[in-house]
Amino acid sequence: MATDHSRATARLMVSPAVLLLLAWMIVPLAMTLYFSLLRYNLLSPGTESFTGLDNYAYFLTDPAFFEALGNTLLLVGGVLLITITGGVLLALLLDQPIWGQGIVRILVIAPFFVMPTVSALVWKNFFMDPVNGLFGHAAKALGVAPFEFFSQAPLFSIILIVAWQWLPFATLILLTAIQSLDSEQLEASEMDGASAFSRFRHIILPHLARAITVVILIQTIFLLSIFAEILVTTGGGPGYASTNLTYLVYAQSLLQFDVGGGSAGGIVAVVLANIVAIFLMRMVGKNLDL
Amino acid sequence: MAREATVGTKILWTSLAWGIGLLIFFPIFWTILTSFKSEAEAVSSPALWDFDWTLANYTTVTERSPYFLHFTNSVVISLGSTLLAILIGVPAAWAMAFSPTRKTRGLLLWMLSTKMLPPVGVLVPLYLLFRDTGLLDTRTGLVLVLTLVNLPIVVWMLFTYFREIPGEILEAARMDGANLKSEILHVLTPMALPGIASTMLLNVILAWNEAFWTLNLTAAKAAPLTAFIASYSSPEGLFYAKLSAASTMAIAPVLILGWFSQKQLVRGLTFGAVK
Repeated sequence: MATDHSRATARLMVSPAVLLLLAWMIVPLAMTLYFSLLRYNLLSPGTESFTGLDNYAYFLTDPAFFEALGNTLLLVGGVLLITITGGVLLALLLDQPIWGQGIVRILVIAPFFVMPTVSALVWKNFFMDPVNGLFGHAAKALGVAPFEFFSQAPLFSIILIVAWQWLPFATLILLTAIQSLDSEQLEASEMDGASAFSRFRHIILPHLARAITVVILIQTIFLLSIFAEILVTTGGGPGYASTNLTYLVYAQSLLQFDVGGGSAGGIVAVVLANIVAIFLMRMVGKNLDL
Repeated sequence: MAREATVGTKILWTSLAWGIGLLIFFPIFWTILTSFKSEAEAVSSPALWDFDWTLANYTTVTERSPYFLHFTNSVVISLGSTLLAILIGVPAAWAMAFSPTRKTRGLLLWMLSTKMLPPVGVLVPLYLLFRDTGLLDTRTGLVLVLTLVNLPIVVWMLFTYFREIPGEILEAARMDGANLKSEILHVLTPMALPGIASTMLLNVILAWNEAFWTLNLTAAKAAPLTAFIASYSSPEGLFYAKLSAASTMAIAPVLILGWFSQKQLVRGLTFGAVK
């Protein structure tokens, strides 16, 4: 098979990518780790001093951290719940014989291609604004007080926006999975008199299990880092009501210039993301037949 | 489908699917519609067609703000980072697909794991590095960052495409005495191009919409459209129609590209785990 010569060539071809990613991962991460052990504020340069684990103690006991952690879990969990449930139902619907299936699919997928700042501002202003938004107009027409989305339910509003962005992704993946289902199996069960629900429960859902897991894991990776949607709608507020971990670290380091505290928060975020990542790697690794 | 559906159920499913599809698409439709209204009409009434259609917002946005600068920034950053990632990714994916070793599997998974590093974990040092090297608010800086951010996806996607190219063809070419250069030029390139094109398509879309690094590492000069649109979060006066026009122009190119990339999307973002 492969000769020594071609092996050397292969190594040469792989190395730029490996070295770059290695540098990208290790250099900044090591710096974050180092900064997290310093008392370091950008407003008072030159006064950096080693403080050990103080930044971690401060960050991990800050009430804002617990609120942000809770918000992060709610944001990820809420969006997953909406997109997976909606995605399964939509995928089942789009798998039915319908006229214009291609066009409906395009309509459903479209939100995924809208940049985060646009979708957040569109929802915030054109829909959720209590005075000028469509929901506000509708409330006025019905004679009820408009719902103030971003002051009464800031996190929920952001969950809705993000769910709208990610529903297409879940739907597309699940539809792809459903379409790979062997239709003969379904027909046989139909002839055996299985109800639509039991067909879903015993044939379709088990077949989708793998795709659902993949959707959950990949979305979780992206959802843990939601940032732009919060920045342009609530700025994390009121108080910390819509601050997630990503936004808290951003605010700590680039708004309050607390490099040490922000870095400690960054390391905490890395540890949490790694817990999710381990599961995803196992899933993908199993599938990689080399 | 072998299962037969009666016309009645087909009508039912069709109308349900269209209803939901239009509902999901509605915010985009509404944004495009609002971009043709006057500022006063954009806030006052939810009119669907009964308003004075105008292109004024498009001229205002393009003439009164440096819209084209930001548009150009988006193009340069997304295309630049894609080309660079392809340039680095093709040889790597190639070698891994055709000369796999015992380490290849671990290497691929490790590359994937770098994608899982949350960006805030490296925000502070990168910001400081950029500040100290003068890369802050430059296109070059963003091209570099987005290349690295998307490189794992590029390598993975290319790898899944290259693996589908039968290795026997390569060996046959080698037996015929083809050297590495002609092997690449005449045998591999034609077979690899569709996969490379698909990978580029998805990567351009991801880079165009990237909104963590673009928001944190740019200001007025190198800001792409994601950051420009974000400036509408603290507006002055009436801005609905202008926001709509700016948004429509920002999302249109990728919306069109995206519709061609449905299959690549599944493959690229699930790392080949769902096909």
